[in-house]
Amino acid sequence: MADYKQVVLNASGVNPLKCMRCGKCSGTCPSYDAMEYHPHQFVYMVEKGEIEKLMASKSIYTCLSCFACVERCPRDVEPAKLIEVVRLAVVRQQGRNHLKSEYVPERIDDDLPQQAIVSAFRKYTK
Amino acid sequence: MQVNQEFKPKIVAFCCNWCSYAGADLAGTNRSNYPADVKIIRVPCSCRVNPLFILRAFQRGADGVILCGCHPGDCHYTTGNYYARRRMTLLFSMLDYLGIEKERTRVEWVSAAEGAKFAATMNEFVATVKALGENKRLEDLRCKTQ
Amino acid sequence: MRRIGVFVCHCGTNIAATVDVKTVAKTLGKEPAVVYATDYPYMCSEAGQNIIKDAIKEYQLEGVVVCSCSPRMHEATFRKMVAAAGLNPYMLEIANIREQCSWIHKDMQQATIKAIVLGRAAIAKVLLNAPLTAGESPVIKRALVIGGGIAGIQTALDIADAGYPVDIVEKEPTIGGKMTQIDKTFPTLDCSSCILTPKMVECSQNENITIYSYSEIEAVTGFVGNFSVKIRRKARYVDEDKCTGCGLCTEKCPVKNIPDAYNLGLSNRHAAYIPFAQAIPNVALLDSEHCIKLIKGKCGLCSKVCSAGAIDYEQTEKTIEQQYGAIVVATGYNPINIDGYDEFAYSQSKDVLTSLEFERILKADGPTEGHLQRLSDGKQPKALVFVQCVGSRESGSTHGCGKEYCSKICCMYTAKHAMLCREKYPDTDVYVFYIDVRTPGKNYDEFYRRAVEQYGVHYIKGMVGKVAPQADGTLDVQASDLIANEQLHIKADMVVLAAAIEADKTARPLATMLTASMDTNDFFTEAHAKLRPVESPTAGVFLSGACQGPKDIPDTVAQAGAAASKVIGLLAKDKLSCNPCTAHSDELKCNGCSSCANVCPYGAITYEDKDFSRRRDGSLIRRVACVNGAVCQGCGACTVACPSGAMDLKGFATSQIMAEVDAICK
Repeated sequence: MADYKQVVLNASGVNPLKCMRCGKCSGTCPSYDAMEYHPHQFVYMVEKGEIEKLMASKSIYTCLSCFACVERCPRDVEPAKLIEVVRLAVVRQQGRNHLKSEYVPERIDDDLPQQAIVSAFRKYTK
Repeated sequence: MQVNQEFKPKIVAFCCNWCSYAGADLAGTNRSNYPADVKIIRVPCSCRVNPLFILRAFQRGADGVILCGCHPGDCHYTTGNYYARRRMTLLFSMLDYLGIEKERTRVEWVSAAEGAKFAATMNEFVATVKALGENKRLEDLRCKTQ
Repeated sequence: MRRIGVFVCHCGTNIAATVDVKTVAKTLGKEPAVVYATDYPYMCSEAGQNIIKDAIKEYQLEGVVVCSCSPRMHEATFRKMVAAAGLNPYMLEIANIREQCSWIHKDMQQATIKAIVLGRAAIAKVLLNAPLTAGESPVIKRALVIGGGIAGIQTALDIADAGYPVDIVEKEPTIGGKMTQIDKTFPTLDCSSCILTPKMVECSQNENITIYSYSEIEAVTGFVGNFSVKIRRKARYVDEDKCTGCGLCTEKCPVKNIPDAYNLGLSNRHAAYIPFAQAIPNVALLDSEHCIKLIKGKCGLCSKVCSAGAIDYEQTEKTIEQQYGAIVVATGYNPINIDGYDEFAYSQSKDVLTSLEFERILKADGPTEGHLQRLSDGKQPKALVFVQCVGSRESGSTHGCGKEYCSKICCMYTAKHAMLCREKYPDTDVYVFYIDVRTPGKNYDEFYRRAVEQYGVHYIKGMVGKVAPQADGTLDVQASDLIANEQLHIKADMVVLAAAIEADKTARPLATMLTASMDTNDFFTEAHAKLRPVESPTAGVFLSGACQGPKDIPDTVAQAGAAASKVIGLLAKDKLSCNPCTAHSDELKCNGCSSCANVCPYGAITYEDKDFSRRRDGSLIRRVACVNGAVCQGCGACTVACPSGAMDLKGFATSQIMAEVDAICK
């Protein structure tokens, strides 16, 4: 398995070490109560490299991507970007691809936008 | 007269009075060895070092010149080392055109507490210059015959 | 050629063990200029010094080279000794053959050769040394303190106490600064006014202190011991000497809806006003932006009621010029503007306050006369939320006004506010949201613990994310509680934001005038972060209080006293002797291009138009650089910047360094 922490850091461009653990992200988050792990924990867990734990949690889907935490973070940490990348990591997990390239031609119909096909390749064929 | 086959480079080190010269003193106090090829010239600040001094040294047969100053932000005169850094960057970028390898020159920040760093820097620099061999290009033959 | 003497020190065995000192002395003795060379076990000892002194006389030496330890060790010793023998102290050079030779090399042959080379370099240099004399400049025995807050007041009082005249320049109509607005002071909870106003009165009564209130610095020229400062005295439209401070004019003035700066705009004042009851000087002034008489030419009520005849509508601002030996900067701080923090609803609700505004609420002369009341409906709040670190410790570009540093004072004043609330109104619930509680200081942590343990203040580790005003007039405070790992919603009646503090806006232009350096946060830089904390790198300019960095009152007063002692030390001298190793310009070569002045960190270089006319050639006036030896610190940046080679540094002249290079490369 790839070093998920590095993948998450690279893909998000977020440096969790900038976090001073004030908790303003969690104080801001509108879907806090629906989460198992909260925004400030997200940042800390990425710092500790516990990406798989995050990937297994439903919390990542309760994030609304409203970016309030990004907007208000006093240290520019951008927790929502981390969450988005972890979501993508789940989607891109190897061996769990929902789509293989050889299946694509039969699924193409005239209504499918070209962009969706390109995007599907990007997401599912890693 | 064949005295010594081993190449002994001539190395001039300009050290600012407040940090690097004190760092060199500390290297001495700690008995940190570095080759005797290095000779230090004390200047008040790294910004006192005119690029001409370095060219003059090469002209007179120096094989390497190193400039040591306080760390950026620590200059005794607040901003002197920034000027030095800029001037040397400019000079070093032109040395190639004069036929002098860039590796024969260096700017290094050494604080008054970094005796070990001073010695390590000098050891490394001398080794680099030794590997390059004698500096022949800029030597003014008129100076030699005098 | 000069007659040079060379003296090689054994330093016991420190040098002699690895350097063949006899050979060094013998070899250097053969150098063309050297007329005498010898060695001795301890040159720095009295006997060793006598050898040099005697040789100077016997051989009529004109220059001395001592091959010994580092010049950082004994240069001063040998300079003194040379001077005692009748030579100029700067006709001495030291070849460092201990720290930079014997101690680092093991091979005797190599070390000896190197010692000889170092000796030759020193001889080459001393041949070009010029006798230097430290210049002297007189000291004007008067100090200027810029800023009349507690920092400036304390500095001025201490200087005046030592017997020197001091002028305080304050931009506001009264001295006192932020401390006048504060209710109580931590950690003792003394009343701020009770400890400050006696000091303000003392300033006005001290014969050595002159207060220029409502005045600003316009220009500063000169150098340490000899500054010339232009002070602009803004028009008060009231004669300071005649006004008795009775306050009749302020009562009768018909314009009464101007936000009162003393109360941070939480109440209104008249156009004719005295900032507050204990103002020093206790003199009224007219607000020229709002006074009807000054705008429209009608009214004149204040003049009619003034029995002292002090009102003067014709008064204009005037500039005075004064000379000073030392300048103390005490420009202080301000809370940052927090309008950018929408999430705290500061601009939406009257019940969201900054901490300084909250001080005004608590203080007896504030808008609520000291009663804890909501400004929206006058009701006493039952639940208060304090938010720390608003704008402090922020790297984000998000709000655009945040500061990366810790504002230092907020933890303590927030604990104080929380404690005062609980003490006076035990029925209140007080919450403090903190990231860290920072209480280093004598009795500080105990103070904070008292707030928690004795007064039952709820400290919650977490941060407020959102404050939402509700229809019922309360504020919904949404925050994280990191230890309970939950998100809280508190129904609060009042929210107090501990806004970061920043350097006063006047500091930056002032620093330019003083050529004093500042950091990126507009705080003045000290000459040395640890060892010279109250001096600016610019000689004669001293720092007092929060202009150097966030500070509480005890720290400010301590620094104010330290700055005063430095000023007294300077003013006590009749003359300053300057470092003789300064730059100087050859006016025949100088083309007046300003390259040198641009790199000078001290503003030591000025330009003069000099007349170079010869008798028949007509007039020839050229602009040339002049270095002020009293200001120049001798870094040499200008010597390299000079394109025409006019600038040189005494003691480290281009020719001297070149000679050293030549000697080493020979």
